[in-house]
This record gives sequence, C-alpha cells and structure tokens, in this order.
Amino acid sequence: MAGRALPLGLAGLVLALMLGPVAALALWAGGLALLPADWAALRFTLVQAVLSAGLSVALAVPVARALARRRFAGRGALITLMGAPFLLPVMVAVLGLLAVFGRAGVINRGLEGLGLPGLSIYGLQGVVLAHLFLNLPLAVRMILQGWQAIPAERFRLAEALDLGPQGIARHLERPMLREVLPGAALVILSLCLTSFAVALTLGGGPGATTVELAIWQAVRLEFDLAHAAGLGLVQVAVSALAAAAAWVWVRPAGFGAGVGVGAMPVIPAPGGATRAGDALAIVAAALFLLVPLGAVVLRGMPGVSELPPSVWSAAGRSLAVAVVSALLAVTVALVLALAVAQRGSLVIELAAALPLAVSGMVLGTGLFLLLQPVVSPQAVALPVTVGVNAALALPFLFRLLLPEARALRSDYGRLADSLGLAGWARLRWLVLPRLARPLGFGAGIAAALSMGDLGVIALFAGEQGVTLPLMIQRLIGAYRMEAAAGAALVLVGLSLALFWACDAGGRRAAA
Amino acid sequence: MRLTALIATGTLLAAHAAVAQVPVLKILTYDSFLSEWGPGPVVEAAFEATCACDLQFVGAGDGAALLARVQLEGAASEADIVLGLDTSLTAAAAATGLFAPLSAVETDLPVAFADAYFRPFDWGWFAFVYDRTRLAGPPASFEELAASDVKIVIQDPRSSTPGLGLLMWVKAAYGARAGEVWAALADNIVTVTPGWSEAYGLFLQGEADMVLSYTTSPAYHLIAEKDESKAAAPFVEGHYLQIEVAGKLRASDQPALADAFLDFMMTDGFQAAIPTTNWMYPARTPAAGLPEGFGALISPDRSLIFTAEDAQAIRVEALAEWQAALSR
Repeated sequence: MAGRALPLGLAGLVLALMLGPVAALALWAGGLALLPADWAALRFTLVQAVLSAGLSVALAVPVARALARRRFAGRGALITLMGAPFLLPVMVAVLGLLAVFGRAGVINRGLEGLGLPGLSIYGLQGVVLAHLFLNLPLAVRMILQGWQAIPAERFRLAEALDLGPQGIARHLERPMLREVLPGAALVILSLCLTSFAVALTLGGGPGATTVELAIWQAVRLEFDLAHAAGLGLVQVAVSALAAAAAWVWVRPAGFGAGVGVGAMPVIPAPGGATRAGDALAIVAAALFLLVPLGAVVLRGMPGVSELPPSVWSAAGRSLAVAVVSALLAVTVALVLALAVAQRGSLVIELAAALPLAVSGMVLGTGLFLLLQPVVSPQAVALPVTVGVNAALALPFLFRLLLPEARALRSDYGRLADSLGLAGWARLRWLVLPRLARPLGFGAGIAAALSMGDLGVIALFAGEQGVTLPLMIQRLIGAYRMEAAAGAALVLVGLSLALFWACDAGGRRAAA
Repeated sequence: MRLTALIATGTLLAAHAAVAQVPVLKILTYDSFLSEWGPGPVVEAAFEATCACDLQFVGAGDGAALLARVQLEGAASEADIVLGLDTSLTAAAAATGLFAPLSAVETDLPVAFADAYFRPFDWGWFAFVYDRTRLAGPPASFEELAASDVKIVIQDPRSSTPGLGLLMWVKAAYGARAGEVWAALADNIVTVTPGWSEAYGLFLQGEADMVLSYTTSPAYHLIAEKDESKAAAPFVEGHYLQIEVAGKLRASDQPALADAFLDFMMTDGFQAAIPTTNWMYPARTPAAGLPEGFGALISPDRSLIFTAEDAQAIRVEALAEWQAALSR
C-alpha cells in the first residue's frame, strides 16, 4: 500500500489546523491561564457530555437492532428521515424540541388539560434530552452500519449451528458493538463537550455554565486570550483522553470475508415479545425524532413563500461549500482510515478525534490571528469555512470508515497484495466498491453538516459570501422570525436531500 | 473563446483599477447592521452619493464581538471606523489607545452624553416585552415581577449585550441590593440564553411571558407586521439605556473621510434609516420626525445609565452577584 507519509502528513495538517489556533491565542497572550471557577464549568460540561453520549449510544442499540432485523413498508424513508435531527442547525432543533417538551409545548398543554403538574425541560435533563435528539440519529446510523457490516454468511452459519438469540448476541452482535460503540460514543462525547447554545438555552441558568461559555466570556467580555487558550486546551485534553480510551477499548470484530455484507433480510428476527420490543423501539424513536421535526416543518412552511432572493443565493453558496468540504473530508478520512486499518497510529486517531473538541470560538479567533497578517479575513471567508467544515466532519467519517477499512484489510488485504493490486487499481477495484456504503453515508453526513454549520463564517464574513446559516441568523437579528423559520426549513430540506443523494448513491454503488 | 476570456479579464482589471482610484472607507460593525435588513445598505448608498468614495462594511459577529475584534486587529486594522460598541464597552475600548479623539456633537439623547472618543448614533431603553393577548397585567417593577409568577427569559451577560445591559439595569436601580433582587427573580427566569435572538425566539414561541428586549421592539411588530399585540412593560425604577456609538481608529489611512462619515452619521441620511432598520431611536431626531408607530411606544420618564468608567468598574462585581444568586 502507499507509504505512511501521506496519511501522517494529512494527520499533521489536521492537527496543525486544530491546535494552531489554540497556540496562536496562547502566543498572542503570552501564556495560558485557568481560574478556580473553570473547574465547575468543566464538571458540568463533563457530566452533560458523558450522560448525553452514554444515553445516545445505549438507546441507539435497540433501535438499530430493530431496524437491522425488521422489514416494513417505508423502512428506508424512515431511516433517512430519522437522520434529519442531526442535520438541523442547533437553535432550530431546540425550538422544535420546545414545541413538544417546552412550557407551551404539546406535552405540557396535554398535562395541563388533564389537570396534572407540568414537566420542566430546563435544566440538565433538557440539555441531555436535546443532545439525545441531535445525536441519537447519528448513533443509530453508525450502529446500524455495524449490523449491516456483519457478513450474511455468519448469520446463516449461526442459524445452521442453532445458536439461538443468545449465541448470536455473544458471537456476532457483541463483538460488532465492541468495535463500533466506543467510536460512536467518542464522536458524540466530543460534540457535546463544545456544546454552547443547547447547553446554555436549555440549561436554565448560570448553573449550566459550560467550558465553551467560559471561552466566550474570556474572548469577548474580558479579552483574556490566555484564559481562552487555557480553556481551549482543557477541551482538547479531555477529548484526547477520550480518544485514547476509545483506541484502547476498540477491538476489531474480525468476522472474516463474506459476499453478503449489507445484504437484505438474513438477520434472524424472532417473533413474540422480541418482535413487540422491536416495534416499540422503532415507534418510540420515530416519535421522539419526528414529532419535533414536524414542528420545525410547520413553523417553517408559512415563511418559505416570502423568502427574499438573497436567501436562495446564500443557499447556493452553502451547497457549493457543502459539496467541496464533503469531497475534501471524504478523501482525507479515507486515507487516514486505510492507514490505521493497516497499522494503528495514535497520531492519526487523535487527528481524527480532535476537530470536534476544539472550541468554535477558539478556532475562529485563532485562525483570525493567524490569517490577518497575511490576508484579509473577508477574502478567505469561504475557503476557510470549507477547510474548517471538512475538518469538523472528519471524525464522523473516520469512525464510519475505520471498522470497514479494517475488515477490508483483514479479509482482502493478503489476496490483493499477492495479486499485486496496488495504488489506483486497488482503490478502483477493491476499496471504493467495498467501502461505497460508508463512503456515501459519510459524504452525506459531511455535506449536510457543512450546510448547517454557522462555524467561523460569522467571524469572517462581510457584505458578500453569506451562507444560509448566517442568513438565518441575520433574519432573526432583524426580527424576521417567520422568514428565518422558512429559511431554516429550506436549509433542512437541502441538507436532507444532499444527505439522501450521497447515502443512496453509496448504497447503489455497493449493491 | 480564449480572446473573450482575455477581454473579460482586461475589462475586469480596468474596472478594478477604476474602483481602486476611489478612496475606500472601511467600517467595522456588527453583523445585523450590515445585513440587507439593517441600516447598512441605506447608509452606504446615502453616504456614497456625497463622498465620491467607496464605503465598505466589515462584519464582526455581534456587538460584543466588535471590541474583541478591534483588540485582535490592534493598530494593524484596515478599518477606519468602528461602529456599534455600546457604553458598557467604551471604557475598555478607549483604554486600548486605538481610538482617536472626537469633538462633541449635539444629540437628542434622553441623558447628557459626553465621551472624548465616541459619538452616539442610536439608543434605546431596555425593557421587558410581553404579549398583551397572553399577559393581562404585566408587572410594573422588578420587585413586582419577582413577587409574581410571571415567567421571563433573559440573556447571559457573559455572551450578550442585552444580558449585560440587564445586569447594569438591576445594579443601577438597586445598588447594593442587586444580589437580593436577582435571588428573588431566580424562580421567574425560565432560562438564560446566549444571545438576544434565542431569547426572543423562545418568547415568540410562548416559552415565557416576557423577554428582555427594548422598548422599541413592539414597533417592529406594529410597523412591519401590523401586529399590535406586543408591548413593553414600563418599570417604576426607570429603564437602563443602551447608547450605541462609533469611533475613529487612530491608525486610519482615511482620517478626513472618516471625519466626514462621522459628521454624516448625525444627519438625516443616516439617522432617518435607524428607526425602521435597527429598530432603535436615532441619536438626532430626523427633520421628518419618527415614523408612525413609534408614537405608540412607552416612553419612560426615568433613564438609568452608568458612565462608561463606572460600568467597567462595576461589571465584575455585578456579574459575580448575578451568578451567585442564580446558581443556587
């Protein structure tokens, strides 16, 4: 296979892009600083992130298993739609959730109607609920991908050996989960570590102070860049520890090659109570994810017709940014995953985990400091957004590709080596076809994430180069809530369409 | 084909050169000022008609991000003018030494305003906005609010300008008792959002009875949406003022043009755009008066405001009181 220079170089580049801004802040301020109050913020940040990540993967397992072994009309559409919350801009998702769980939401109205006391979403429970809403779809899809990666022959063999559900769980499902869960939990944990708007809006007050908020305060209110850099480094350290732990825990499942990877209905689907349990898991997850999504659609519909033309040009710009950053992210993630599948590398693992853990505020401010002496930030707003969005999508893609890249290596690596299949030919005839499914899914996630991400553009943009998320923010800032809700609906629709196109493309190429 | 491209490039270069000969005035401002719904486009067209120059706005997130941006750029900034700081931040801004002194101007502000480095362009009173159809008898003071079960949504002073304004408002109204008042308000606060837009969105969706905003917010609903249901509740303690200002950077390479703009800023070409684009009061009332709809707004007879130096000095203590009272 190609040398290690390319993947290590790329990993170094990603690390530099992520750590350079932290270093720039520290250098500018001449040091790093932490304050006693930071530990309370770190404690709350860790508690909510661990709870959010743990619950997301724990609840995703039964849902993914049910979706993997049951067949019903509309299953494909349901799986695609259930992914949508993950693609929502954070505040749009929060408003959707509040329409259901909020003080004036459906549930509390119902309770009131029945004369029962209301439930409060504001507090730690609300923060975790929102993170669950945003991340459960991702966890379900990652785990479902794991189930589909178990070769159909293994399930047939288990059936022939009369292993029963316990045996299948022990020999097939648990090894698969052991490989997939740590990575999924790591990605969600990192995502929740830098949570800002969700944690603050639903947290209910200053008791819910996160490290990210402390960074905002340090940069904007106190202009204490040493403090911001110190806090940014804490976020990175926590995420690096989590990445190292995941690296230690992950065990490749090693199912061996099979022709039936991702093939249709061979996973044994017992009837009776198991069937009822599966139905419950699917219905509960669908309600939890789709009802707030419905609220987002209802809120957005009236605004769509009156959207100003500038919203559509912003949408076009966002689409272009999304496609380019997805291509970039997929390429880098594939190189890194193939390299790690060949031989483990903590450096690459770290490069693929850290982008989610770096504070958006530190990243934006640090990049600004680094770029400003060289070039006008406005002039590079879009390229910088593409680069940052690609880096932010890298952890998802890497986690999706790694298990399958490992399987590919162990199943076909020696055969391909002995055939002298290398370089472009190997990529064309072996890697791309076998990895088409996770590549398509991953590209979809990367593109959709990039569509919805406000990212550094808010710090860099001027009169031109406005993306759709920034446009939504400007509409809200100008009191135009209805138009903003309409634009958000356009954003969700485009993200979902883009995601669906990539995902379906990948599945078709794999079939 | 290649020839067409060559001609196109040539034309583009020529056009570029033509533009380059016109002096460029760069104004660093907050994002909602330069957005197509903000005052930016109107102001740009009006000033460019008088100056034979090219006015360019540069965005820097929101108001609170402006000062950080100025400090980051330091003397290397390309900007000539910074527009959109408020008086909670001007002491820190002046202390950077990056701003040039400005002469005083006449204004129609409800309080006397004097600052050696900054000139006001608009102002507003902070107020709690409510929906008449949902809340019949709004509280008339912080103490009445605290005693009621009216639910409010506010902004975090650590990440938002209105949030910081509310902190100053309570401190100006209650001084040493501010911590006590915050403790009494704690059970009225549904949540604290990172910025104005989240809070206002939550309020419109019915999550809270009142939201911290401006006395002028109902004017938007009245004028742009013909919706008369929103109103601001007058508080007997008086209302804290937000005064938004602009300053000239010492390192500007267009000092004369910057001065011309800062003078233009006080004329109708700029001031008349403010009420219905920034939804604030213009610092100098235009000859044609305020738009219809502004007459229906409450007009507090007591305005509260700290001097820039006091606001700076009080902030840390007020923030600690706020945090202690609400973390319990």
